[in-house]
Amino acid sequence: MSTPETTMTELHPRAGGARLDGPPALPRLLAGIRADGASTHAEHLELHGPLALGGGARRRQVREDAARLLDEVERSGLTGRGGASFPTATKMRAVAGARGRAIVVANGAEGEPASLKDRTLMETLPHLVLDGGLVAAEAVGADELIVCACESAGASVEAVELAIGERSRELSGSGSAPKVTLVSVPSHYVAGQETALLHYLGGGPAKPTFTPPLPFEQGLRRRPTLVNNAETLAHLALIARHGANWFRQLGTASQPGSTLVTLSGPVAHPGVYEIENGSSLTSLIEASGGATARVRAVLLGGYAGAWIGGELLQALALSQEHLAPHGATLGAGIILLLSEAACPVAETARVARWMADQSAHQCGPCIHGLDALAITVEQMASGSAEANAAQRADRLASLTARRGACAHPDGAVNLILSSLEVFAPEFADHARHGACEACARPPELPLPLRPVDAPGVR
Amino acid sequence: MSHRVTVNPITCEAHGMCAELLPERITLDEWGYPLVDDRPLHGSEVEHAMRAARACPTFALLLQRERTPRAGRVRARSG
Repeated sequence: MSTPETTMTELHPRAGGARLDGPPALPRLLAGIRADGASTHAEHLELHGPLALGGGARRRQVREDAARLLDEVERSGLTGRGGASFPTATKMRAVAGARGRAIVVANGAEGEPASLKDRTLMETLPHLVLDGGLVAAEAVGADELIVCACESAGASVEAVELAIGERSRELSGSGSAPKVTLVSVPSHYVAGQETALLHYLGGGPAKPTFTPPLPFEQGLRRRPTLVNNAETLAHLALIARHGANWFRQLGTASQPGSTLVTLSGPVAHPGVYEIENGSSLTSLIEASGGATARVRAVLLGGYAGAWIGGELLQALALSQEHLAPHGATLGAGIILLLSEAACPVAETARVARWMADQSAHQCGPCIHGLDALAITVEQMASGSAEANAAQRADRLASLTARRGACAHPDGAVNLILSSLEVFAPEFADHARHGACEACARPPELPLPLRPVDAPGVR
Repeated sequence: MSHRVTVNPITCEAHGMCAELLPERITLDEWGYPLVDDRPLHGSEVEHAMRAARACPTFALLLQRERTPRAGRVRARSG
């Protein structure tokens, strides 16, 4: 595996408070972070400078400002940080080109138990997310910005509320700036899915809907709606200030810039870090104080992601192009290390059951398929599975993936298939001898109903 | 013009009428939900597909019409 062209690798722990010397060094997003609470609007402006948006009064001027902004975002190569890595400019252009006045939704409804980056961002640097939302609104011609925070993350809801209050005159919807509102959304796994979020904002349950029409054509109140992850918007706030060339000074050609990751597992200081795209996993582990146990495997992309065996860790670079050959993506930046002391079979069984429970219970194949898969993996873990259990799992996987209204079943299937492959020796051992000694150990992978030491939270 | 069948997985309740009426395209999984071959329908199948879509008690079976782009013309994409 080759290393990325840009070799500069700096990392910044969440709790740090170091002042940024200036672009392009890391940290970028996390530069203004304080150990205690949210940074104020004054602190935010002192660090990053004012946000110069067009604010033109004439329609032609507004159109030109928006076009210039869209070009800059496109040149920056920014991709969505919510998990899908879709080019942000493409999404914005689709919304800008759709009929009707647009709405921007800042998605901070982080349903992944192993992800803390969006709530951390909103809790500590709410003005960065608000600025990004204003930039997006100008780019797509929106007159409304709705900021969504996870109701279980009380501190981030409070911080955003205070931040909007600090800028109430600017964000009231009078003049050229959009009207900004805050909504706290349920914290279950699929609530942050784009259509589920819009369903909830429109007065329905936080469950996915059947598409088309896609949100960019007809989203909230049938208006074209841009849904961007909170971190994506934070990057946008800095791209609007410093430009595309600045943004591209870090990262790889296809994934420029930096990314927030949530690192958990056996490391000295788990938590949220800002890394350069394409930097090595070993440098991240070093920055977190080093591994505290031998690592069996790393899970990338959370519980919809894929495992990579521990023997590959040394050479692993964290960017989509380097991870793709391993069938993995960085997803929403979730990096989970599993120690050699854990039983990966028992861990997989617990996660498979949790993912089945997190189904919105709307689509038959997801309801039945994920449940049947969870049962199969549970039987494999206890040693009570039939001899053809692996084939059964494969068959269930193909009956379940890509048959729901959203990608939840696809993600769960992805994780289970990856577990069966990477932990094949352990699964074979369980098939022969049943449950192992490590099965009884406390879970390492965090799940809300079985709390383990959650990383990076007080 | 070409036609395809698709299923709205949220409204589908596994009644199974579609597999009865359009067996050339639809089989049922072990829970009774349709497994759909969503390649374009042959001309002779469109009539059967329409009948199956009308028969679905929850209107979950959808017949989608697609315009086939005319040869020799490149459609400009906006944005």
